Amino acid sequence: MSASEALGAPSAAGLGEPLLRVEDLRVQFATDDGIVHAVDGITYQVHRGRTLGIVGESGSGKTVASLTTLGLTRQQGAHISGRILFEGRDLVGLPDEQLRAIRGNEIAMVFQDPLSSLHPLFRVGAQLIEAVLAHRSVSRAQARERAIELLGLVGIPDPAGRVDNYPHEFSGGMRQRAMIAMALANEPKLLIADEPTTALDVTVQAQILALIERLQRELNMAIVIITHDLGVVAEMADDIAVMYAGRIVETAPGSVMFAGPEHPYTWGLLKSIPMLSGPRAQSLVPIPGTPPSLIRRPSGCHFHPRCPYAQPDHARIDPALEPVPGKDDHHVACLLDAADRKRLWAELQAGRMPDQALAATGLGGARP
Amino acid sequence: MSEPLVGVRNLVKHFPITRGILFRRQIGAVQAVDGVSLEVERGETLGIVGETGCGKSTTARLIMRLLDPTSGEISFEGRDITRLRGGELKSVRREMQMIFQDPYSSLNPRKTIGSIIGEPFAIHGMHKDKAERKQVVQTLMETVGLNPEHYNRYPHEFSGGQRQRIGVARALALRPKLLIADEPVSALDVSIQAQVLNLLREMQDRFGLTLIFIAHDLSVVRHMCDRVAVMYLGKFVEVGPGDSLYGFPRHPYTGALLAAVPVADPAAHGSERRLLSGDVPSPAFPPAGCRFHTRCPKAQPLCSQKEPPLEDKGSGTRTACHFPLTREEVAATGVRSAL
Repeated sequence: MSASEALGAPSAAGLGEPLLRVEDLRVQFATDDGIVHAVDGITYQVHRGRTLGIVGESGSGKTVASLTTLGLTRQQGAHISGRILFEGRDLVGLPDEQLRAIRGNEIAMVFQDPLSSLHPLFRVGAQLIEAVLAHRSVSRAQARERAIELLGLVGIPDPAGRVDNYPHEFSGGMRQRAMIAMALANEPKLLIADEPTTALDVTVQAQILALIERLQRELNMAIVIITHDLGVVAEMADDIAVMYAGRIVETAPGSVMFAGPEHPYTWGLLKSIPMLSGPRAQSLVPIPGTPPSLIRRPSGCHFHPRCPYAQPDHARIDPALEPVPGKDDHHVACLLDAADRKRLWAELQAGRMPDQALAATGLGGARP
Repeated sequence: MSEPLVGVRNLVKHFPITRGILFRRQIGAVQAVDGVSLEVERGETLGIVGETGCGKSTTARLIMRLLDPTSGEISFEGRDITRLRGGELKSVRREMQMIFQDPYSSLNPRKTIGSIIGEPFAIHGMHKDKAERKQVVQTLMETVGLNPEHYNRYPHEFSGGQRQRIGVARALALRPKLLIADEPVSALDVSIQAQVLNLLREMQDRFGLTLIFIAHDLSVVRHMCDRVAVMYLGKFVEVGPGDSLYGFPRHPYTGALLAAVPVADPAAHGSERRLLSGDVPSPAFPPAGCRFHTRCPKAQPLCSQKEPPLEDKGSGTRTACHFPLTREEVAATGVRSAL
């Protein structure tokens, strides 16, 4: 467990005990087609007041990992192993009743689609009041006061009038604000935001991200933000974990990750999006193929069928998440030699295509 | 100067809002597109950007004649096509094709890929010989990077990116002159987006296509387009060459859009962003004067009284604004463009 012990620790040095520490978490679902290895041994930690960004594409297991933290995958024939330590308490084995006292109270979640996460037949205020009453012994009138206060806090104009609106009377941005208000109802210590802005326009997205950052400062919350958007994590996250096929394949503090990414999948993600700050003539380098099935995962390194730099033995050997030589806050699960990776990334940064980079480094393109 | 491939003049589309069941009467209109003019030159890529509900898809559908305009004119190769019907419309439609946003709902799940891509031939009575049509379709499949052996497969057997390739193959079948891509990559995973964007560029070079590219993602539009039109509440607020528009946006809305884009580079995060407040007003009740004045940080009394015309402000783009942004203001809004 050398990797997991070091993971995230250096950047958090001096921060004391992490608020949330996930250790070797595995979540498997039995289906008719076979076992889905949704989350396959991930380890990370988050400290108070800090933000972890989990990046990955659809089906990389990032959402399942956080739903499991809240105990929301329990009833689905899931097999869960590993530990989820929240303030030292293991949530994996916690009885439902105790977990319910934590969920929505100390740990809250904001979901991707605000329209389907709000009940269409209840007023927004009633849903907020319910969130307050679930964990606080206050009167209904007091809970309503709190609901209005919360709507004001997240920047909804005229909160006292809006509290009696139905979700359909809110715009998309306002619904997401209401969802955040609900998540914050009990001043959680940890906020899990699963693609909180994916369904929103850029100007509204910027508002919501600024709101989350402001509330984090005010409440000293820890945040786990899950997204496929590298721009969003670059803005929000102190630490970044890149997930692929149910595993973390690279993790580092944000500035370190963007200054020198180590995993070919991370390179692929960075090179396949056009950047506003880059030259316009940049060529996009797509990652070939498609994400693998989590039922029949590729042998060896799960990324090898899509990796332009894969060597024959990468189809056999499963890489562990290990520190990058000389950097104890940067971990990567890649079988390529560290020096080769550095040269490859330099070539890619210079605008060369993967096959040219491969030739320039003399690695040989013997694909398995 | 050759004539533009597409010309649009004062295009308006209002969707009526009605009340009553027996006695339907119109009580208002959603002003989805309200006086849009543009020209698309042969071989260029024009990008239309804007937020949800700004009318960019409606504009595309009007140009395709999938919707009938309330007023205004659309010309294609110099010919007025605004009122064409029947056979004449059908023959113009051969020249323009569309790629849709959602690769899941835009392919008929009960048809094989071969018959989906071959459908345009069936509609226009081309390649009637079965073996010949199969051959042409398989060549198309190869062109867009699909395995021709998958001719008899169904859409559900393909991933999102591959489905979008099927959409591209279908759009290219008739060798159109104009291709309209409406958010072609926004439903796809990041790693797949680049595959489809590269394919579109390659096809454009290969077949000399003119492309109208509609998206809400400003980085993608900058990458793909020669000229860009920014749309807000049914009107163009700024139109111009991509480099000018991204380098020195003059309309406060363009500036706000650019400032709002998160950039995947922590080193670029310098100045605090100036955020737009509020939401886009309803297109059924657009604000008077400049439609952006309710959210504009530079709004003056004049802005709510007089609508600014789209005109040259001396920096390469045409901008509809009484008080366009200055260089200092652009720097202060935190626009991350490195131009």
